[in-house]
Amino acid sequence: MLKFIAKRVLWMIPSLVVISFMAFVLIQLPPGDYVTTYIATLAASNEVVDQNTAADLRARFGLDQPMIVQYWKWITGILLRGDFGLSFEWQQPVGDLIWERMALTLVLTFATLLATWGLALPIGIFSAVRKYSIGDYIATFFSFLGLAIPSFLLALVLMYLAAVEWGQEVGGLFSEQYLNAPWSLAKVWDLIGHLWIPVIILAVSGTASLIRVMRANMLDELNKAYVTTARAKGLSEFRLLMKYPVRLALNPFISTIAWLLPNLVSGSIIVAIVLSLPTAGPLLLQSLMSQDMYLAGAFILLICTLTLIGSLISDILLALVDPRIRLE
Amino acid sequence: MTDVAFAAIDQRKVAVASQWQLVWWAFKRHRLAMIGLWVTAFFYLIAVIPGFFAINDPSQQNARAAYQPPQGLHFIDTAADGSWSFRPYFHPTTLKRDPQTLAAVHVPDTSRKIYVTMFGEGYEYSVLGVFSARTHLFVSSEARQPLFLLGADRLGRCVWSRIMQGTQISLSVGLVGVFLSLLLGIVLGGISGYYGGRIDFVIQRTIEFILALPTIPIWLAMAAALPQDWPATLNYFMITVILSLTGWAQLARVVRGRFLSLRTEEFVTAARLDGASEGRIIFRHMLPSFASHIIASITLAIPAMILAETSLSFLGLGLQPPTISWGVLLREAQNIRSIATAPWLFAPGIAVVIAVIALNFLGDGLRDAADPYNK
Repeated sequence: MLKFIAKRVLWMIPSLVVISFMAFVLIQLPPGDYVTTYIATLAASNEVVDQNTAADLRARFGLDQPMIVQYWKWITGILLRGDFGLSFEWQQPVGDLIWERMALTLVLTFATLLATWGLALPIGIFSAVRKYSIGDYIATFFSFLGLAIPSFLLALVLMYLAAVEWGQEVGGLFSEQYLNAPWSLAKVWDLIGHLWIPVIILAVSGTASLIRVMRANMLDELNKAYVTTARAKGLSEFRLLMKYPVRLALNPFISTIAWLLPNLVSGSIIVAIVLSLPTAGPLLLQSLMSQDMYLAGAFILLICTLTLIGSLISDILLALVDPRIRLE
Repeated sequence: MTDVAFAAIDQRKVAVASQWQLVWWAFKRHRLAMIGLWVTAFFYLIAVIPGFFAINDPSQQNARAAYQPPQGLHFIDTAADGSWSFRPYFHPTTLKRDPQTLAAVHVPDTSRKIYVTMFGEGYEYSVLGVFSARTHLFVSSEARQPLFLLGADRLGRCVWSRIMQGTQISLSVGLVGVFLSLLLGIVLGGISGYYGGRIDFVIQRTIEFILALPTIPIWLAMAAALPQDWPATLNYFMITVILSLTGWAQLARVVRGRFLSLRTEEFVTAARLDGASEGRIIFRHMLPSFASHIIASITLAIPAMILAETSLSFLGLGLQPPTISWGVLLREAQNIRSIATAPWLFAPGIAVVIAVIALNFLGDGLRDAADPYNK
């Protein structure tokens, strides 16, 4: 078991190297750089920047060096000093801008994961045990619908309903009085009060596919001989379900962290942009648009790293629960 | 596919039926999948000739029709003497100012009726760039009073016609993107599964790596790298390439799994002992036996591509106007103010949902039908 974990953790290292390099290449891809964008903004307000100033600016930001040198500087800064560089647009260290947003993104994703499990588990079991009942058909219908509705559309519809029907604004994660307030218990409570809307929106599509998986797995298990044996021994139906088939069907739930997490993070970025949540999404989009490369790079790097760590955790959990996985 | 599935069909026919015949019989029994097939076919028909289903020129701006609400169709026409006939018509609207807010309001004029002509002449459109036509499924009988079945947007463009036009791009992005992913997936997955060993190891790690990455931030970064001033077709092509760069991993995995399980089958060993070349073994013996499964996987990958394009375009990083796709249309519904005044701008979203559900049903049905062990 330890060997498995050690091997799996060691595998993270090359993945992280590739990710960091990929993140850097991605933010380098757009033609031009921040100075080009900056000059264009200045030109829009009739200020002319001559070539020397532009070259000076590039030298100051280190944009005139070859890409591999820039990458080396960037990654060593992060690893050795925890320095993510300077955001051009905000004229602030990237580190100051991202941590609170990354933390809120993590909270949102984790809450969504819990909500997805909490909804999909009972519905999936019910759907399998009462196969072809009205409840099963309703669950199936909603799970197909949930798969088909893009999360941003759901967010828009909810915003519309909230604005037109209930006359209130949905959006943001905090009430106005807590927006810039320091963290306190009341602020956390306020956050929880706002969190449920994006959580529900995000949980819909993940729940939909998990219900299908859970139902299919349960149906496979329910026909097995050990279920009949347990029933013959006189176990109550609920205990029988919880004790045997559900435990076996749970495996995919753990492995879902690996494939649900990337989807959740992706979805949360779009939903956050629509609902203007103070998470990574809106700032990432804005930094990509204005070629604020270190800010965008930090977000992409951190988001991808977190997702990889999530799948590492799910692999280890799965190996703990199911010995067959380790032997592979 | 058990005997139950073919109870209605003569057993002697089942014994000699080809695989595709068996798959089709099993598929036909799946009612939801059949509905999915018809709806999908209809959507692709629209995608081929969107101009025929459109009412007004989708790019035509009309200042007087800005935020024109949908005009309801009335089907039964009652004459003054009480007799009635089936003749669809609508009431034209006139633009008025609200005396208090000074906002423009479109008031239907119930005293006038404008009839709708089936297969009437309208604006000229081109069919796949080959020839042009003027016939539309239905048009307003008076050219000066256009019919806005689903209302109009900010610039007074007909939402219905724009959805029809958007079908072409949105559905073809799915097809082209899946085709590109399939190409990558079959080649890499095939190599991985057939040869095994070190190549398999490297490709597998790459696939796992790609699957563990959240797609949206990467798509966003790649799409942001595209110059905004590229011509529409190049932009369109690059978007599909970006979508398929992360989409191929899933397909490669399916292909590899199939190759692995088939490699040890007796008929493959037999072919090898017969001295068949590797190419012949792969394409003549192995590929046909899992083609149906691959087709089902592709069908399930198309809706994911459609949703991805919609999301990217919605964020403003995908296709750029004046290209019309469902995602580009949904950008109009981006802020709360415009959807509160004009909720009909959501209509392209409904088209997305219907198309995706239909393709999912179709793919699910195909997968069940193509699985020889399905009970």
